[in-house]
Amino acid sequence: MSLEYLIQISKPMLEGAQTTVLLFIIAIVASIPLGFLLTLAVQSRFRLLSWLAQAYIYVMRGTPLLLQLLFFCFGLPMLPVVGEYLVMDRFVAACLGFILNYAAYFAEIFRGGLLAIDKGQYEASQVLGLNKWQMTTRVILPQMFRIALPAMANESVTLVKDTALLYAVAVPELLHFAETAVNRDFTIVPFVVAGIIYLVMTLILTMLFKGIEQRFRFE
Amino acid sequence: MALIEVSNLKKSYGKLDVLKQISFTVNRNDVVAVIGPSGSGKSTMLRGLVHLEEVDGGSIQVADHYLVKDGVYSSPPQIRQITSRMGMVFQHFNLFPHLTVKENLELAPRLVKKESAAEIKSRSTDLLEKVGLIDRANAYPANLSGGQKQRVAIARALMMNPEIMLFDEPTSALDPELTGEVLQVMKKLAEEHMTMIVVTHEMGFAKEVANQVLFMDNGEMIESGSPAELFTKPKFERTKAFLNRDRK
Repeated sequence: MSLEYLIQISKPMLEGAQTTVLLFIIAIVASIPLGFLLTLAVQSRFRLLSWLAQAYIYVMRGTPLLLQLLFFCFGLPMLPVVGEYLVMDRFVAACLGFILNYAAYFAEIFRGGLLAIDKGQYEASQVLGLNKWQMTTRVILPQMFRIALPAMANESVTLVKDTALLYAVAVPELLHFAETAVNRDFTIVPFVVAGIIYLVMTLILTMLFKGIEQRFRFE
Repeated sequence: MALIEVSNLKKSYGKLDVLKQISFTVNRNDVVAVIGPSGSGKSTMLRGLVHLEEVDGGSIQVADHYLVKDGVYSSPPQIRQITSRMGMVFQHFNLFPHLTVKENLELAPRLVKKESAAEIKSRSTDLLEKVGLIDRANAYPANLSGGQKQRVAIARALMMNPEIMLFDEPTSALDPELTGEVLQVMKKLAEEHMTMIVVTHEMGFAKEVANQVLFMDNGEMIESGSPAELFTKPKFERTKAFLNRDRK
């Protein structure tokens, strides 16, 4: 196994990794705020809104992500009447699926963060005269995000690996190019290389979150 | 002149009556110790004064303004206005863990009071000096001892310039060797004629610093009097029983 061969197979895989990274960034940037809004909806006084948000979270967490991706890529266009307007680029459809799915998980993570905040924090804020908005933005949310950080890091690492599901909807990405090389050259090396590229990505992400946790240690 | 006037306060959780016809008055500059067994309704009563608990009946009047009159609460702005006269110190400190000591003190005044940043800063410095924690101004609560946390909590409450300070078992969560530093700060406040209501199990503090002691049991205000009266010749059996049990 020569160095040239490694470089030769790595090139398309790294190009595929760009798709992986792009999907990751789009999904994380959109699903975290969306998940946060979902948490607020679940906590809402408006019963219907809360109920809808809970139902949404239940459905997205209770069905396989793969099923959801297939649904968005190939299922929606089959719907009668509206189907023809729902034909999306497969990458776009996959992004949508990832965002909607991960938003549900992030919503649960944030809800856990909210539950972990002692009721004394609300009482102290109230007695000190803070209004609801001030209490939420200055006391509750900063603590919620801090508590949620380790779980968010974990979820983000899962997202990196879940991007491989693009393979199933035929969007070429890292794993796709690895498998092409395996089949073409009849060698296991491309799989190992793909594994190493994933590890590098998750390592960077893990270090990034460690840094954020360190920054918000409050000690 | 009565600064706080409480009459016929009632509260129940379902069938359980936690406050039964509680009445008492607190004059300006009074230091009132509220004693009684656990579950006697002391904390609920205190929390009712700052609207952390809603009562079902009775009246609370603070400086001639009704917080609640015959079970009917004033409007939210009025409630805010009235409760802003009171500072509260909790058993479990309830400091904001994501803020430094100084930030804990300055957050609420910055958001709520119409004062310059310089005024707020100078007051937080003064108060931290007063509670002996100026050297920990930039520490986070996680790095403080329980006694230090409670002193910060007292300073934080004082930042809002309250007329009345309420203490809900301020030393109950502390190791015995740390209660002294907190009681010392409270004693200093009393000497400066702060009006204080202290729910406490510290009989020493009640005897030494309070000028009025209220004994509660089972949701009722059993008796009140000067520490000398109440501790040496309690009128009621229940008070006697409580004080004797405490002595053991």
